[in-house]
This record gives sequence, structure tokens and C-alpha cells, in this order.
Amino acid sequence: MKTAKSGKVVRYNKWGYIFLIPFIVVYLLFQFIPLVTTIYNSFYENYRSGLTQIGPNFVGLANYKTIFTNGDMMQYAKNTLIMWVLGFIPQIIVSLLLASWFSNPSLRLKGQRFFKTVIYLPNLIMASAFAMLFFTLFSDGGPINSILIQLGILSQPFKFFSSATSSRVLVAFMNFLMWFGNTTILLMAGMMGIDTSLFEAAEVDGATSTQVFFRITMPLLRPILIYVVITSLIGGLQMFDVPQILTNGTGEPMRSTMTLIMYLNKHLFSKNYGLGGALSVVLFIITAILSFAVYNFSNKQD
Amino acid sequence: MKKKAISILLTAAMLGTMLTGCGGGGNTTAPDNASTPAPAADTNTNTDTSAPAADTNTDAAVDTADEGKVLNVYCWNDEFKRRVQAHYPGYEPDAADASKGLIGDITVQWNITPNDDNAYQNNLDETLLKQDSAAADDKIDIFLIEADYALKYVDSEYSMPLADLGVTDSDLGDQYQYTKDVVTDSNGVLKGASWQGCPGVLFYNREAAKEVLGTDDPDEVQTYVSDWNKFYETAATMADAGYDMVSTTNDTYRVYSNNVTSKWVDGTTIHIDDNIMKWVEDSKAMVDAGQTKTSDLWSDDWKRGFFPEGKVFCYFGPAWLVNFSMAADEAGSIGNMGGWGAATGPQGFFWGGTWICAATGTDNAATIKDIIMQLTANEDIMKDIVVDDDDFVNNKPAMEGMASGATMVKDENGNDVEYSSKILGGQNPLGMYCEGAGSIDLAYLSIYDQGCNEEFQAAMKNYFDGNATMDEALDLFYKAVIEKYPELTK
Repeated sequence: MKTAKSGKVVRYNKWGYIFLIPFIVVYLLFQFIPLVTTIYNSFYENYRSGLTQIGPNFVGLANYKTIFTNGDMMQYAKNTLIMWVLGFIPQIIVSLLLASWFSNPSLRLKGQRFFKTVIYLPNLIMASAFAMLFFTLFSDGGPINSILIQLGILSQPFKFFSSATSSRVLVAFMNFLMWFGNTTILLMAGMMGIDTSLFEAAEVDGATSTQVFFRITMPLLRPILIYVVITSLIGGLQMFDVPQILTNGTGEPMRSTMTLIMYLNKHLFSKNYGLGGALSVVLFIITAILSFAVYNFSNKQD
Repeated sequence: MKKKAISILLTAAMLGTMLTGCGGGGNTTAPDNASTPAPAADTNTNTDTSAPAADTNTDAAVDTADEGKVLNVYCWNDEFKRRVQAHYPGYEPDAADASKGLIGDITVQWNITPNDDNAYQNNLDETLLKQDSAAADDKIDIFLIEADYALKYVDSEYSMPLADLGVTDSDLGDQYQYTKDVVTDSNGVLKGASWQGCPGVLFYNREAAKEVLGTDDPDEVQTYVSDWNKFYETAATMADAGYDMVSTTNDTYRVYSNNVTSKWVDGTTIHIDDNIMKWVEDSKAMVDAGQTKTSDLWSDDWKRGFFPEGKVFCYFGPAWLVNFSMAADEAGSIGNMGGWGAATGPQGFFWGGTWICAATGTDNAATIKDIIMQLTANEDIMKDIVVDDDDFVNNKPAMEGMASGATMVKDENGNDVEYSSKILGGQNPLGMYCEGAGSIDLAYLSIYDQGCNEEFQAAMKNYFDGNATMDEALDLFYKAVIEKYPELTK
């Protein structure tokens, strides 16, 4: 009997590995091999000039030197961060508010299902279609300008895409609109997971709803909050589709809406795998550091 | 044992679905491949029905029996497709699929990639580099090029000499010399042909001209725009009357950039010509004085002047602008009401133009030869293009004949009349084009022109809008061009 039992355990281990095979294969093919070739490419001069291929010639760290010395990367990193923060702050505030309303049974909100669907809808629209829509709405002769002029608020059209502030705010606003529904659902799941007896106890003790929110909901929500911040930050670093389409890939005005990935796209568009690779490696390192920092922070507090 | 059986079943199910996933992919491609003979089968019925049409074909001697059954055409908009559809004898559009058509039993596959930001070139490069290894039906047969980057393809082994197709110099003897210069490689071999000539003129809004200048007569309007000083004086008058002189700063760009005295790139150094800097100076003054906008070319804000409410006095452009871009088929547009006039403008220039090239490795040489011969050397077809599409075609004697009125065209009732353009309010602009076509000088083309022109206009927009100083905008231009062409230096 004993031998039969241990035999079973071994066999289940084997099945465990077999179930892992699809993931490992996909990971190796689509993640690991591209990662290694990207790092490899970053040490080479490798681009296309017209129809002639230049390289690959080994150039050591020359690509990294170019990236760090011309100062572009810092500028685009700053743009990315500004637009992420501008979008994330309203996103987290609105999501927290909505999630606490939706998950509070004492409010007896009507039509919850409807509103939960509606706030998620913007995320279902393709980012490119959404950006095209905003581009048309806010163009110099577009409907927003006509409305503002007809209401007498403006005397002549405001060029939304010619001012760094308004273009950045538009990008941030679109990201906010697209993602606050998603965040709300995540936070709501977190809040519903909190033991209701804690809320009842607090109520019995005479805590106000503000106190309940800040003293009970927020601390217990921390793991989910941290998850939301990490994923949003990584998503923010990869911000691409909205500003790319909205500015037609130019990052105008004066490249103030050019994100790091748009910059990467510029290099890849001219088949410059050397510089593109170097930039990707730097981005990979930044993402890794950020993830570790937030992750460690969350673990230490526990 | 039960558990084991279940786990085996589950794994089998999982692997099964994975494999069906792959199998599904394989299955979907199979009908695709299988469907290529299918249209060929349809063709038999089609050729039967189109047999009477084939009789009118002036050049019915095309023997396509031993040719490939797919003609792949790479282009950046549907202009060429529309020309082939309307004017190439024996072309049958595919009612179900707009990207396909038929010539005899050959399927024409249209591959359209927009031109913007070098997207068309990048796509074409990728495919051309794979040309050798591609299956016969996937090889590019025809690709179209523009003057801005013609040299890149003409001076490569990927384009076929026209002589190898059997097109002789005398076949194209009536074409304008400049259209042949663009597609002649450094060894003097002709690699392409165009059906159109692209000398540019100034198209003005007749209503605005009457209202502000008191006349819409082309000759009199010309006196207000005959040189840049007068042009900018008129701009001030127009601004006072509530009209933008041109829709955007980019409208005058080609007029300046075609009158340069040096190339964009000298060796591998980017070089900005003085005349282009003059454009920056003049345009900035215009923007500051509120005489024009800074929107991008092709944007809705640029197009606003195609309608009377847009309040734009004029556009610069060649014949294809009127036909292809000015919304003439839309009710309420100025073009639709015949409200444009044409004047020579301050300086001659050209813009764009589409050349047909045969790709090396094509298996449809006879068909390509026939398309080139019909569209770029058949005088009757070319005259039809002028009458139907307001284009200016690449046939010197025909154009001069139609310009002077010596060559008559048929009107709707079949009567012989002198050619006139409806969009231009009955004006015959061909004389102006002829004059322009003779003086086009292409000595300063380089393979980097598209990238440089696009990036320069984009960078300077920042300067015009007041978001940057001129130096900052120039730096941005250099940066963007070097990103596009890593081999260049400032």
C-alpha cells in the first residue's frame, strides 16, 4: 500500500510538469528568445539604408552611448511619466470612490449592473479608434471648438494639439477614461473580499463612513492597490497607442507627447535594430527596477 | 486509476485543442490557396461575357497564355486602380472584393499601403527584399513610385528596364522628358513610365476672387499673384476680407522646395537650401499676420477650403489635386459647383506624380507591357483620362493640341467641342500645364526627399505655432530625419 501511495505522488508531480509545458514553450518562443536577441542586437550596428542592409557590425556599447548622450531618452521618459501621473491620479481617486459605492450594501444603489457595464465600455473600444475620435473632436475646426465658440467662451478656435499642456492632458484624459472602469472592477473585487463583520463591528462602535473607509477599507485593500499601481505603472511605461494615433506618430508639439515606446517605434520603423535594441534593454531594466521596488515595499509592510 | 484516466483525458483535451488551433490555421490557409484557382475558373465565364468588350481593345495581341495568374500591384492609394478600371480595356472589377480585379484570366491583386511616414516604402522594401524567395503568385509584378523617392527604386536591381518588357524609346516618344528623367537610372536605363504630368498651378476660389479682387478672370487674377511680393500683398487683402490666402503653410511648400538650388542631402550631410529657409520666413510672417493656418496637409482642417464656408482663397497643386483631392464629387463643394479657377501663380513647380514600374522577377511581363502601353502611350485613352478625370496626361502632342483647341473632344451629346474643365468653371487649364511641364527641372532630387519634406514641414509647424524657436525647430528636424535615415548626419 505504502509504495503504491508514493508512486501516485511521483506520478502527480510528472503531470504537474506536463501541464507546465505549454507555458514554458510559449514563454521561450515569445518572451525569452526575443529578449535574448534584443540584448544581442543592442551591441550591433544594424539598419537598413534604402534597400541596402547596413551591418550587423559589432559596435560594443556605442548604441547605449548614443542613447544616453543625446538626451532624448530622458525627455521622453519625463513625458511618459507626466502623462501617466496626470491620468493615474484621477483614475485611482474615481475608481476608489466608485468601488466603495458599488461595494457598500447600505447605499442600496439601483442599476448597479448597468453602470458597472457602462464604466467598463470605454475599455472595449480600440485605443486607435478612440484616439481618432478625440483627434476629430478636438481638431482646430472640430465640434468641441465650434461649441466653445458658439457658447461665446472662445472667440477663435483653441489649437488643442499645438499646446504641450493640452495635448498631454488629452492623452492623460483618454487613458483615464479607458482604464478607470477596469481599475474600479479590480478594487471592487478587493473590497468585497474584506470580511463584512469588520464593517459591522465598526458600525456598532460608532465609526463614521469616512473613518471606516480610511481605517478599514484602505489598509485591507493594500495588496490589490499595490497590484493596481504596479500594473498601471508598467502599462504607463508602455504607453503608445493613444499618443501615437492622436499625434500621428509625431509626438507634437515639440515632441512633448512622445513616449518612450513611440521613440522606440521611430527606430524600429527605420529598421534600426541596434538603437532600438539598446533602448528596449534600458526600458526592460527600468521596468524591472520599478517592479522590484514596489513589490519589496509591499512585502516589507506586511 | 479513475483520477489518472481523468487527467489523461484532460491533457489529451488540452493538447487536442492546441493542435486544433494549429489545424484551424492550416485549414483556413488551405481554402485561401484553393481559392486562387477559383477566380480563374470564374474568369472563363467572365471572359466570355466580356468578349465583345475585348473586340474594342485596340491592342488585342497580348498573349497571356504562359503568364502567372496573379498580377500583384503595390501602390499607396486607389488613383491608379481607378485609372485602370476606367480606362484599361478588358479590366473587370471584382464586385465582391474591392482589392481584386480581372484582366482576361489574370487576377489583379491591389496591395494598398498609405504613403505617410514612409509606410508605403517600408512595406515595399520588405516585400521586394523577399522577391527572390517568394512564390510566383506572391511576387510583386507592378509597383508604383513617386518622384520623392523614385531614385531609390530606379537605381536598384528590383526594377526592370522597360526595354526588357519590350517597350521601346519610340513607343514613349511623346512623353515629357522630365517624366522619363525621374525614372532613368544612373546608367541611363529607363525603368518606368507615367501617364500623368504634374506641373503645378494656383487654383483660386472664384467667388473669393470676385468678392475681394473684383474679378475672377484667370489673367487678371494672375496679376495679383504673379510674384511673391504681390502674392503676399494679396494675402493681406484677403485676410482683411476674412479669407485665408492659402489653407495651411504647407500649401506653398512645394512651390519653394521645387525651386531650390541644392539637394536635401550632400554626401551624407543634411543640407537645408536657402529657398526652403525663405519658405520658413515667409510662412512665419503669414501665420503671424493671421493669413493662414498651420494644420497638416490632408487633414480635415486643410480640406476645409474645398467648401465655400472654409473661406480659403487658393491652393497650389497639379492637375491631380483638382480631380483626386478637392472633394469635387461632393455636393456643396466649390469643385462640384465649378467654382475654381487656375492661374500660373508666382513660380512654376511640380508635385507628386505616379510612375509605373515592373518588378524584377515578374511573371506577367506581357500584361505589364500592355498596361504601360495603353495608359502611358495610347493617345485615345490618355485623352479620355483628361476629359473624364481632369488629369494632365503625359503626352506632349495631345496636350498641346487640346490646349490650343486644335484637338477636339466629344461632349456628352457626342459633339466635337474644345476641352474645358467643369471643376474649373469651364476654363481650359492645359496651356498652363504645358508651359509648366516644359520647364520642370529635377536636378535636385535625392532618395531622401519624402522623409526630409515631411519632417521639415512637421518640425516647422512648431516654430509657426510659437512652441519653439527656429533653432529648436531645426534641431527637431535634424533629429527626426536621422531617426528615419540613420546613415545621415547633421
